[in-house]
Amino acid sequence: MQDFTRRALLQGGTALAATGALTGPALFEFAKAWAAESPWKAEPGAKLTVMRWKRFVPAEDDAFNAMVAAFKAATGTEMNVFSESFEDVQPKASVAANTGSGLDLAWGLHTLPQLFPTKVIKMNDVADYLGKKYGGWTDAAAITCKKDGDWLGIPVATVGGYLTYRKSAVEKAGFKQVPSDFPAYLELCKALKKNNTPAGFALGHATGDANAWVHNILWGYNGWTVDKDDKVIINSPETAKALEYAKALSDTFIPGVASWNDSSNNKAFLSGELYLTSNGISIYIAAKDDATKKDLADDIDHALWPVGPIGKPTELQLAVPILAFNFTKYPNAAKAFVAFMLEKENFDKWLTGARGYLTHTLNAYDASPVWTADPKNAVFGQASKRALPASGIGTPGEKAATAIADFIVVDMFANYCTGAKDLKGAMSEAERQLKRIYRG
Amino acid sequence: MADVALAQRNAKSQVREASAWSQLKHNRNWLGFWFMVPAMAFLIFFLAYPLGLGIWLSFTDTRIGRVGHFIATENYEWLWDDAIFWLSVFNTLLYTFLASAIKFAIGLYLALLLNEHMPFKALLRAAVLIPFIVPTVLSALAFWWIFDSQFSIISWSLKHLGLISQNINFLGDTTWARVCVIFANIWRGVPFVAITLLAGLQTVSPSLYEAATLDGATRWQNFRYITYPLLTPIIAVVMTFSVLFTFTDFQLIWAMTRGGPVNATHLMATLSYQRAIIAGQLGEGAAISSAMIPFLLAAIMVSWFGLQRRKWQQGESND
Repeated sequence: MQDFTRRALLQGGTALAATGALTGPALFEFAKAWAAESPWKAEPGAKLTVMRWKRFVPAEDDAFNAMVAAFKAATGTEMNVFSESFEDVQPKASVAANTGSGLDLAWGLHTLPQLFPTKVIKMNDVADYLGKKYGGWTDAAAITCKKDGDWLGIPVATVGGYLTYRKSAVEKAGFKQVPSDFPAYLELCKALKKNNTPAGFALGHATGDANAWVHNILWGYNGWTVDKDDKVIINSPETAKALEYAKALSDTFIPGVASWNDSSNNKAFLSGELYLTSNGISIYIAAKDDATKKDLADDIDHALWPVGPIGKPTELQLAVPILAFNFTKYPNAAKAFVAFMLEKENFDKWLTGARGYLTHTLNAYDASPVWTADPKNAVFGQASKRALPASGIGTPGEKAATAIADFIVVDMFANYCTGAKDLKGAMSEAERQLKRIYRG
Repeated sequence: MADVALAQRNAKSQVREASAWSQLKHNRNWLGFWFMVPAMAFLIFFLAYPLGLGIWLSFTDTRIGRVGHFIATENYEWLWDDAIFWLSVFNTLLYTFLASAIKFAIGLYLALLLNEHMPFKALLRAAVLIPFIVPTVLSALAFWWIFDSQFSIISWSLKHLGLISQNINFLGDTTWARVCVIFANIWRGVPFVAITLLAGLQTVSPSLYEAATLDGATRWQNFRYITYPLLTPIIAVVMTFSVLFTFTDFQLIWAMTRGGPVNATHLMATLSYQRAIIAGQLGEGAAISSAMIPFLLAAIMVSWFGLQRRKWQQGESND
C-alpha cells in the first residue's frame, strides 16, 4: 500500500486510478466481512451525504475515497461525499443543523459537535466499541467530543502542529536537540539569532501557526482565558509571565512575523531564511517532494513543544471530529460508516496516506506504520496525546471556538511583543474581548 | 320620509365605494403608481430588505446557522467601549481620508495630462485603466508579495543597491502596514478618478479657453476660473463614489494583512467580517456593519446637497 500511495501521488493521484486500485479485492473482502459482523447494520437502501474538510494531500483523499467505495460496496449504502474548505465546513454544518436537512454526516474542526448537542446522534456505542478495541481514546479527543458523559461525535483524528527546525542550525547553536523547557528554549532562539539562523513564529492572524505557539506559552505558565466555570481569568500574573517570556522570545525572531499568515513561515523556511518555526508536517513534506530540496529535507527535523513551569505538555492541536445529525433517516448506516473508518484495516492505510498530517486519537494506533516509516514523522504521532482541548480548562464549545477564531490570545501576544501595547493594556484588551464573547 | 333619506345615503355611499376601486384602476396618478410597482418591488427586495435585515440582525445575538433573540442595543453597548472597534473606526477614517485625497490629487493631475494632445492618446488613456481592470484580489496578492517581509522585491532591490542592510518590515510594522495598504488602494483607485474626471474635462468647451487666452489668462487662471468651476459637479460625484468605495473596502485589506499587524489595518468592513463570519457572531458583525451607515450617509449627504446647489454646478457666486 505504501508503494501504491507514493505512485499515486506521482501520477497526480487521479481519482479514477486511485479508486480503481485501492478498492482491490482485499479491501472489499474485508469490508464485506466487517459489514456482516458489525453491530450496526446499514438500513436497506440507505443513502448518506457526507461533508468533509478539503484534504491537504491527495493520498489522504485517495485512501478516504477507497474506504468510502468499499463501505458502499459492502453495505449497499449510497455514499455522497463532498469537500468544503476549512472555513466553510462549520457554517454549512450549522445551516444543515438549523434546517434539519441536507447532510447526514459532517466532518469538521475543533469542537464542531458541541455546537449543536441537540441535533446530533449520540455516538456512545460507537465510541465504546472503538475505544475498547483500540486501547481507548486520548483525553483531549474525548473532551472535545463529550458532553455530560455522552459522545456527540467521534474524534476521527487530530491535525498536529509542532516545531520544525534545521538540525544543522540547532547544532551550530550548541544544542543537540530542541530543549524541552522554556529557559533553554529561549537560549536556543537567542543563539539562533546570533548565528543569523533565526527562529520565527507567526504573530499575524494565522489561525494554525500563531495560535499554536502562543497557547503553548500561555498555558505553559498556567495562564488561561477562562476557568472551568467559563469565568474570564486572562488578566492574571501567570498571563503576565507568559507575555514577558514571549516578548523575550519574539525579540529573537526573524523580522516581519507580525504580518505572517499561515503560509508565510512555510515560504521562508523552504527558501532557507528561517530555521525554527511552528507548523504542521507540510514544510517537511514539501521539501521531501521537491527533488531539488533533498539537502534541506535531510536537514529538517521535528520537535515537541517545550513544557512550561506548569510541568505538563500544553499544546493546542486541531481536532477533526465527525458527527451524525439526528435527522438522518439512516442512523445505523451513519454509525457503521464512522466505525468502519476507524477500523485498523482502513485507518492504518489512511494515516499512511495522510503522511503525518493526521494523527490518531485511539491509543492503539501509536503503532501505526506511518510513525515509523519515516523517523521524522514520529513527533506528530503524539499530537492528540499531548494536546489540550482548544478551550483550555474551560468548557469546550462555541465560545471557546469563537475566542480562537477571533484571535483574542494571538492579538494579546502580538500587542505586547510588537510593543503596540504595554503589559496591562494587552491583557485588559484581551479580557474585555473575552468578556464580550463569554457574556450571558 | 326618513326611509327615503336613509336609502339615499346608502345609495350614495355605494357609489362612492365603487368609485374608489375604479379610481385605483383608472386614475392616471394611480396608474403611474402601478407602473412603478415592479421597480419598487425590485428595489425593496434587493436593497431595502437586505439592509433592513442587516440592521435587524445587529439587534439580535444571532450566530451563523442559528436564529437569535432580540437583545436591543446590547451589541452596540459592547462595541461602545471596545477598543478594537474604535481602532477600526479610526483606521477606516484615516484610510478613507488619506486614500481619497491622494487619489483625487493624482487622478485630477492625470486627467489634465491625458486631456492634452499627445501621441498615442487613446492607447495611453486605455493603459491608465489597467489597475482598475485587474481583479482586486489579484492585485492585492501581487502587493502582498511586493510587501512580503522576506521576499519583498523592494527590500531585495534596495539591499542589492546597498542602501539598506535589512528587509523593510512592510506589513509587520503598524505605520508601514498602513502606508502599504493605503498605497495599494490609491494605485487601484486612481484610474477611476482619472478617467471620470477626463470625461468631465472633455465636456468643457474649448471656446472658453480660447476666449480666456485672448484676454490674457495664464494657464493657472484657465484652470482656476474655467476648468475647476465647470468640473465641480463631476468632482462631487466622483469623490462621493471614491469615498464610498474606499470606506467599504474589504478585499485589499483581507488579502494583504487580514487586519494585522495587531489590528492596525483592520477596517470596519474587515472587522465585521472577522467577527460575523470567521468567529460566527453574526449579530455583532452586523452591528459593526450598521455602524458604517451614518458615515456613509454623511458622505452621500454632502454630495447630494452639494449637487443641488447651483454654485457647485455652475461655478462662483451663482446661488
